Amino acid sequence: MSPSSPETMRRLTYRDAVREALAEAMRKDERVFLMGEDVGRYGGCFAASKRLLEEFGPERIRDTPLSESGFVGAGIGAALGGMRPIVEIMTVNFSLLAADQIMNTAATYLHMSGGQFNVPLVIRMATGGGRQLAAQHSHCLDGWYAHIPGIRVVSPATHEDARGMLWTALQDPDPVLIFEHSGLYNLEGELAADAGPVDIDRAKLCRPGRDISIISYSASLIKALEAAEILSAEGIEAEVIDLRSLRPLDEATFLSSVSRTHRALIVDEGWRSGSISAEISARIMEGVFFDLDAPVERLCSAEVPMPYAKHMEAAALPQVDNIVELIRIMVKTHG
Amino acid sequence: MNAQRTPKKKTPKAERDHVLHLLKNMIRIRRLEEACAELYSAMKIRGFLHLYDGQEAVAVGVMEALTAEDAVVATYREHGHALIRGISAGSILAEMFGKQEGCSRGRGGSMHLFDAKTRFYGGNAIVGGGLPIAVGLALADQMQQRPRVTGCFFGEGAVAEGEFHESMNLASLWKLPVLFVCENNLYAMGTALKLSESVTDLVRKASSYDVAAASVDGMDVLAVEAAAQKAAAAVRSGKGPHFLECRTYRFRAHSMFDPELYRDKAEVEDWKKRCPIEAFSKTLKTEGLLTDKDRQKIEGEAAKEIKEAVAFAEACTWEPVEDLTRFVTSERRSE
Repeated sequence: MSPSSPETMRRLTYRDAVREALAEAMRKDERVFLMGEDVGRYGGCFAASKRLLEEFGPERIRDTPLSESGFVGAGIGAALGGMRPIVEIMTVNFSLLAADQIMNTAATYLHMSGGQFNVPLVIRMATGGGRQLAAQHSHCLDGWYAHIPGIRVVSPATHEDARGMLWTALQDPDPVLIFEHSGLYNLEGELAADAGPVDIDRAKLCRPGRDISIISYSASLIKALEAAEILSAEGIEAEVIDLRSLRPLDEATFLSSVSRTHRALIVDEGWRSGSISAEISARIMEGVFFDLDAPVERLCSAEVPMPYAKHMEAAALPQVDNIVELIRIMVKTHG
Repeated sequence: MNAQRTPKKKTPKAERDHVLHLLKNMIRIRRLEEACAELYSAMKIRGFLHLYDGQEAVAVGVMEALTAEDAVVATYREHGHALIRGISAGSILAEMFGKQEGCSRGRGGSMHLFDAKTRFYGGNAIVGGGLPIAVGLALADQMQQRPRVTGCFFGEGAVAEGEFHESMNLASLWKLPVLFVCENNLYAMGTALKLSESVTDLVRKASSYDVAAASVDGMDVLAVEAAAQKAAAAVRSGKGPHFLECRTYRFRAHSMFDPELYRDKAEVEDWKKRCPIEAFSKTLKTEGLLTDKDRQKIEGEAAKEIKEAVAFAEACTWEPVEDLTRFVTSERRSE
């Protein structure tokens, strides 16, 4: 791919990228429809589906009652019946009301039926903290869902992925969970005018560097890139990897990076215990242990339900300063 | 069409053939379940095993109202439904043996019988879990303008689950073509309906969602058939979901691990006097529609079918362990 010239680039928010992806999918495939709480008349809790009702009508931009288990299950059934549903769950915390359908049905149907019934369902939900929404609207459970065989889990951090992952997910024969970080919706960025579908299999090297690999995803990736910029001014070159997909994990990409930089820091907004960061750390030990110059480090959310107070919430989440400080120590101590 | 059939308008010959067909189907289920119990004791079948003795009139009667294009969603007590839907006894037993020729390749077992050819969508072992799936299958039919019905079987225990209420509401709100069939056998495992529901009139519950609802004697196959035909015809003609309560009774224990401490033997014996097979036989004999020879012929054919099915299951093969991780995700991802 040739780099896009400035004339072909445009500025838009992450939310706009999501909305464009939704609209494009609806235009391209009549089987696609969006279903969830307040997706229609309200325009989406995070305004991701604003004005789509006018173009596509209430059949395809379908407001649902507050019945997460019911409408996620209905999405599974509709997928089995030949449709290509996109189910929106307002936030990841509410998805727990539908955890039965996601885990016991969507993830198991193909297997339990001996390969007869695949479920081509896409579930989108908002994830993550940083907006003072406290302990029932702020958690980052992307990694938690990544524990489950039978579903794909993707966490778009960039505008390109917010725009491009949906279509690819809709082409997948199996359930795909897309986690959109609520702190990213307002973020402005550049996107090629002709941006389109992207792969949902591979991690991406976002910034090359020789001294350490920062492995991250979702909103934490943005913080990792900011930290890398600050460290670069100090002469520390951090390589930044965007995992993009948490299941399956593209370990080849991050292992190859770590084997070049010899150090690894995982930045994960999930809690530390039993987390995706623990999984990545373990795979680094298993895969490239002898290439390491320093122990693998992790920066995760503090192990508390998310507090409301601004300063406490900030302290609970991985921040740019924490990344910078930790990397300075890692590079200095194990020089 | 099956859906429009009203037994009373048949010629005497056709009427006789039809009632014998119903009787035979109930006997086929009973003999299959007897074989399952034996094979469980012989340790050929393992895991949980839930037998259907006593409830045969429900599956047999309702299936008469469904066409090949319709879909069926069932529970973990679904051997009878699977058999009458058209899945061979051989592949059902092979599934319970855990053989790869089983209808779910041995990945599902007794509780997870599936079959794409007959649109049999399981075999769901989460109580209430199948209802949202049925809603979704019906939604897909409605959105694609297919005049199909989704028949959804569940026990009265499911009525206590949120998914029952969410599904009733969704199906009614969107006027979806679902025939909800509640097999009220009075016990959710060991808990009596009156001990688990503040309102034990299930028709009232469904009616509260504006779902057309009726109750029928689930021990009377003709009554079940007639009620199901009427309900299915209404559903098929676009009148929205229907709820049919079939009042029935489970003669055997909940599963093979159930010592039946929660009900009196006398109660069981009382219900056995209303055995759907023997009571129907008696009526047919009185009406001159069934001779001893007919019964012998039916029994002979059912015994042969089950004997051959057991032999088939015995001769089936084990899936190679190398295939363990197949069917977690689809082997062919579409482009």
